[in-house]
Amino acid sequence: MSTVTSRPALGSKRLPPAWRIALSRGRLEIKVFFRERDAVVFGFALPIVFVALFGAIFGNEPIGHGYTYVQVLVPSMLVMGVASSSLVNLGIWITSDREDGTLRRLYLSPMPRMAYFVGKIIMMVVVGALETVLLVGVGVLAYGVELPPTGEKWLIGIGMMLLSFAVFGVLGVAVSSLPRSARSAPAVINFPVLVLYFVSGVFLPYNQLPGWLQQIGAVFPLKWMVQGFQSAFLPDDLALSWPTHEWEHGRIVLVLLAWLVIGLVICLTTFRWKDRRHG
Amino acid sequence: MTVTQRARTGRATTDAVIEVSGLRKRYGDVTAVDGIDFDVRRGEVFAILGPNGAGKTTTVEILEGYRKRDAGEVRVLGEDPANAGLAWRARIGVVLQDATDVVELTVQEVVEHFAGYYPNPRDPEEVCSLVGLDEVRRTRVRKLSGGQRRRLDVALGMVGNPELLFLDEPTTGFDPKARRQFWDLVRALSAEGTTVVLTTHYLDEAEALANRIAVIARGRIVALDRPGDLGGRRQGLATVHWLDDGVERVVETAEPTRLVTELAARFGGEVPQLSVHRPTLEDIYLDLIGRRGDADVAEVAGRDNGSLGGDAATERVVEEETA
Repeated sequence: MSTVTSRPALGSKRLPPAWRIALSRGRLEIKVFFRERDAVVFGFALPIVFVALFGAIFGNEPIGHGYTYVQVLVPSMLVMGVASSSLVNLGIWITSDREDGTLRRLYLSPMPRMAYFVGKIIMMVVVGALETVLLVGVGVLAYGVELPPTGEKWLIGIGMMLLSFAVFGVLGVAVSSLPRSARSAPAVINFPVLVLYFVSGVFLPYNQLPGWLQQIGAVFPLKWMVQGFQSAFLPDDLALSWPTHEWEHGRIVLVLLAWLVIGLVICLTTFRWKDRRHG
Repeated sequence: MTVTQRARTGRATTDAVIEVSGLRKRYGDVTAVDGIDFDVRRGEVFAILGPNGAGKTTTVEILEGYRKRDAGEVRVLGEDPANAGLAWRARIGVVLQDATDVVELTVQEVVEHFAGYYPNPRDPEEVCSLVGLDEVRRTRVRKLSGGQRRRLDVALGMVGNPELLFLDEPTTGFDPKARRQFWDLVRALSAEGTTVVLTTHYLDEAEALANRIAVIARGRIVALDRPGDLGGRRQGLATVHWLDDGVERVVETAEPTRLVTELAARFGGEVPQLSVHRPTLEDIYLDLIGRRGDADVAEVAGRDNGSLGGDAATERVVEEETA
């Protein structure tokens, strides 16, 4: 411990490029995610377990047009998968980063500020993409879910995926300022999200909700994501199960972009590198 | 101890790395820092010593650019920390006090990752062995002992090869051996030319490491000097005790030798129960922070104590007679 041999100062004193630090943060975040077994099991596996459970319970119950409950459920579950790997994940992890000294250490280091967020986004996209593949895989293999039939539907699916990640990503950062402590974060963040799953048609078909619940659900982005993902996986006949009998792609994009802007504004105005103790 | 001098060409060794004047910070009604001034010179180990709640951590956090000040001028490495950029951050190192982050990564992974933030980092393996984490390099941080965890924080503070290193109560929780090793490490870094700002409530730590000590109490610097000169230690009065006709006599004097010579003449040889006592650094420190006479004086050198020293500094008794 007492021998110090310093390296000679190199000629270049330039900071490492920001993209390299951002990639390095992304690698680190992914590594940490998969080492946190609790998070992997409960966050990551939950939508898959739900599909398996609902599949076993309602199995091949037809819901019309020759489609079964599970075939409709899988696109909705994608919304849950994206929400849990982005919105819930970021909200809880950033709260804990704020409390355990991660944010303080990074703030005091020469890391470019954006590298932290890019690292989280990399983690979120990798985890979310894996989640999507597993969910769709289980649906296709076990419950006869069909992949999007046309190139156009694939594009809609991928577009919905990107838009959903963007919206939930900024909202995840935004909600990270809500919990008072890392211990309360899972409860504080999961509660509203679980309620939204029910009023957005994730678990139950949206058209079975009472009108006033439908209107509450329509304010939030999840309902529009469910609608969008269904439009990618299901034939256009099933748009009849939505109030306007259409997929409403234009309105979906508008609502999600509005939420993206709202989320960004909240992030920019409320994000704190310091916890409450360090005011 | 092998120390390779770091070439810092073009820089004088006496210029100020930190300049602070009139620094103030309040939290609501509480004034944490109440107008302090000091400079820290390049290559110096500068200790900020004081009881808990005295304003040490607030001061250091302002210097690190982590906290905003309410008033005063601060220059650190030539810049105002409140507006300094990433290039400035790459030149300072901060050892965190109570972090519990990165627990799922191994020591090696963490040190390597943070080395990647700096333009001119130290070799991560070398840093691990410098702080004594060689044997646990492949261990997850979660499994480290408290002292090892703190040493990892030290490793992360120095991996960027900083010109200026902030150590905020770095040895809290260390066992005596680890503390000595840590002191050797600070001395080695200092010998290399790293400027070190150290806050501590351990008197012996400040005395062992610092070139100069600022004693801070209730948000003010109450003394700032080399450890040997602190609080007028060299000129300090000596206390002479003796027994005169069954009565205990205590005299504080600047000339104890003359007094003892006179006493020896008067008693014609041996003076009953004679003792001459000079204030230790601890005596001086306790006087400075106004804690002398408090029941928990012994706490100062050791454990945490949340309370601030009271104002009840008792006066030194001169020529007091006790039956």
